Amino acid sequence: MSESISVEIQEVSKRFGDFAAVNRVSLTIQKGEFFSLLGPSGCGKTTLLRMIGGFELPTEGRILIGDKDVTHLPPYKRPVNMVFQSYALFPHLNVIDNVAFGLRYRKLSSSAAQQKARDSLNLVRMAGYEDRMPGQLSGGQRQRVALARALAMEPEVLLLDEPLGALDQKLRKEVQLELKNLQKSLGLTFVFVTHDQEEALTMSDRIAVMNQGRVEQLDASHHVFEYPKTEFVAQFMGAPNFFTGVVKSIAEGLMYIGGRTDADIRVRASSDAWRPEDPIRFVVRPEKLDLRTKSGTSDGEVSIEVTIEDRVYQGVNTVWVVRSDDGERYFIYEQNDRPFQESGRFRVGGRAFMSWNPRDTVVMEKTS
Amino acid sequence: MGVKRTTTGTRTGTSVKEEAATPKKAPYLLITPAWLVIGLFFLLPLIFIFVISFGARGTYGGLKPIADWGAYLLSGEFLANYRQSLEPLYWPIYWRSFWMAVVTTGLCLVISYPIAYYIAIIAPARWKNLLLALVVIPFWTSFLIRTYAWVLILRTEGLINTVLMQAGLINAPLDLLYNEFAVMVGLVYGELPFMILPLYASLEKLDLTLLEASSDLGANHPSTFWRVTVPLTMPGIVAGIVLVFIPSIGQFVVSDLLGGAKSMLVGNLIQNQFAIARNKPFGSAIAFELTAVVLLLLLAYAWWSKKKGQEAML
Amino acid sequence: MPDSLETSPQFVGAREPAARGATPFRWERKLMGLHSALVYFFLYAPIVILIVFSFNEARQTARWEGFTFQWYGKLMENKLILRSVQNSLIVAGATTLASTIIGTLAALALGRYAFRGKGATQAALFLPIIIPEIVFGVALVTFFGAVQFQLSIWTVIISHVAFSISYVAIVVRARLAGFDRSLEEAAMDLGAGPIQTFFRVTLPLILPGVIAGALLVFTISIDDYVVSSFVAGAGATTLPIQIYSMIKVGVTPEVNAVSTLLLLVTVVMILFAQRLQQQSGDGGNKR
Repeated sequence: MSESISVEIQEVSKRFGDFAAVNRVSLTIQKGEFFSLLGPSGCGKTTLLRMIGGFELPTEGRILIGDKDVTHLPPYKRPVNMVFQSYALFPHLNVIDNVAFGLRYRKLSSSAAQQKARDSLNLVRMAGYEDRMPGQLSGGQRQRVALARALAMEPEVLLLDEPLGALDQKLRKEVQLELKNLQKSLGLTFVFVTHDQEEALTMSDRIAVMNQGRVEQLDASHHVFEYPKTEFVAQFMGAPNFFTGVVKSIAEGLMYIGGRTDADIRVRASSDAWRPEDPIRFVVRPEKLDLRTKSGTSDGEVSIEVTIEDRVYQGVNTVWVVRSDDGERYFIYEQNDRPFQESGRFRVGGRAFMSWNPRDTVVMEKTS
Repeated sequence: MGVKRTTTGTRTGTSVKEEAATPKKAPYLLITPAWLVIGLFFLLPLIFIFVISFGARGTYGGLKPIADWGAYLLSGEFLANYRQSLEPLYWPIYWRSFWMAVVTTGLCLVISYPIAYYIAIIAPARWKNLLLALVVIPFWTSFLIRTYAWVLILRTEGLINTVLMQAGLINAPLDLLYNEFAVMVGLVYGELPFMILPLYASLEKLDLTLLEASSDLGANHPSTFWRVTVPLTMPGIVAGIVLVFIPSIGQFVVSDLLGGAKSMLVGNLIQNQFAIARNKPFGSAIAFELTAVVLLLLLAYAWWSKKKGQEAML
Repeated sequence: MPDSLETSPQFVGAREPAARGATPFRWERKLMGLHSALVYFFLYAPIVILIVFSFNEARQTARWEGFTFQWYGKLMENKLILRSVQNSLIVAGATTLASTIIGTLAALALGRYAFRGKGATQAALFLPIIIPEIVFGVALVTFFGAVQFQLSIWTVIISHVAFSISYVAIVVRARLAGFDRSLEEAAMDLGAGPIQTFFRVTLPLILPGVIAGALLVFTISIDDYVVSSFVAGAGATTLPIQIYSMIKVGVTPEVNAVSTLLLLVTVVMILFAQRLQQQSGDGGNKR
């Protein structure tokens, strides 16, 4: 096993009766990485995190931290610490005692433990709150104390279970950046659970998108955003524009897709994955789509004729909802400070051409 | 509440007139019957024995008339019953009442905590109501009959002796009844639900994530129990202690039925003064002392709850 | 199901035997389960033994000598017991009626209004629950003696009412605490006067609490020995007093039989009260 691997999940499943919360998941998390588990509620991300923390026992599979198999170790014997969604600060202890809670088990003198707790509070800019009770703190302050408490333990891996969920939007944005900076400067491995794709994208080095107990895609965060591999990930990443086509030809890493577009779409693809006549699905992000009055073949763009069903003003964007003649619905984002060239000429109920650069075509993984 | 009511009255147009008339008188009208009954037949009798406790016993079990009030008060004679109650003769009774109440309370706590924990945290949700109901039922069934059941079990011809003799384990019946052991069993048996219920109530409110957090920070189970679970369920523990200790120390049915003469408690002593010795002033003095102990305990409890900033569970 | 799994992981942990951290190891759970089973055994074995013995042929010993209903038959012939049952029913009935009405009124005053003397009223209502019964018993009997109030069944009823009001007041007040006042405002808004509002909205809503309080008081009253033993006049012997004197004389199967019947009555009452509390959405009894 490589030096640089921090957590290794091997074929881990967790079943509650007939329900598989986590279904044969394998993945590795690198040292010093900000790793996010992203998915809708019920996808198994929290259960997976709790298995790393030792709060749930996997039904099958192994979990390694560093080089050690910790699958059967209770939480108090694992070199990981958790920031709980509810923060889980002890209401009967003040801030400093909360932070120093676990240091008692570290064979430190009590003054050393106090100092360490103070250092940890400094780190999250909560110095001066040592004697407050958790009940006297705001949500954001509680979140910081919970973070300080986990950091004081100097864990090999820090687990964070939607720790920003209870904060309001503005504070949330601030804390995201702070947390990311903290992680970078400490060089710690963070495993972060969230259902918010934007949050995951802002902070993570890599993201594992989970659905129904499985990892749908594990990639660098920008990769997950730009090149979703499955329809679920595309949808979750805000690109619900699905097209169906047929592979026309494939050679030397270039594939031509035919279908309803006016011209064949040329995309890069591996030659051994696809055969001619294979049915194929692909997506185009809404912000990469354009509306035209004419079929646009300039610059090699492809287009489809659609009926405009609705337009919704959303401040930064205007969303056009259109339907192609085969009945699929698509969303097109028009940036309001850079409107479409012919924007004024479209009306709801009218016809138009939806076009895009073939570069922006993202082909879905082949399903067998 | 009252403030809310007046604002309501002004808002709801048609009812302003009726509303405005009622709030002042209404609570007093509603509360008068309760005050009459409790005042006349609860508080007044208590005040009455308080007064009597400073009197002296008359020849026929009544009160001796006092000739010279000044002398009576100045000489300190009015405290004679209290002085008598502190005589060494009665010390063993007080001591026994005290330690039995303490041991009963301690045993109840030790026995109740795991079962309360089990019902509140471990038991499957669908069993919870049933398990709780099974605790509540003895709570309200006749204390007298439940105590009597132990007579059937412990007496010379009782269940335990019969079984042991038939099994050939003993030749002569054991003396299980009419001693302090029997009283102890009866007290613990009777008071157990009073401990389980408040413990359950506070364990049920316990946020289990805190136990996870403790474990996450390196505390093993015993350490988590003492550093997190116990401090956080302290309101239930203290409420249970108060709820068990008070009836235990004033007990007289259990000691009368299961204890016999050698295991007399304060309750029996008081009862004796009224039913047998016919020394009401003296009995009143002890009754009042018992009440004072109970009230002090409750005040201490109220003070503790307030200090902790928690709402009292009683 | 998946939703609740994500949002409340602690409950999953609590129920899933393999989960650690929040909850004890399997052996710790097993041990606590075993302990709980023993406690339930301890709580119920004496009661079961009592009931079983009431059907035992044997008069003196604890040996099983065959099943019989004869002790129940004997009860029916025992004039003293029948009389005491009658007295107990009268006392419990009258106590329940009076204390339910008075206690409910008090609860309404406490739950609804701020008034002078509210604190004192609460303290006065609290006292009967905390003062040792024996103290209350001797205080009452001394008081009745001093004001030359002849001990009778009336003195028993009065005493019971005096300590029962508190229980009704507490139960009903708990129910009132969870009461949505806007319902009353809605009724008034729809044209109901205060009296109509009370009978058409308030009372139906607090009724489960009132009934639960009444059942509670009934069981307390019918079971009470300590206070009754001091204040019962000649011919006003209640069932617990009768049982007590029979126990003092010696163990007889009739006592087992009559105790069994009394247990049966109270258990039925409790189950009924519990059901009412639960039906009414927990009655605001907790939290």
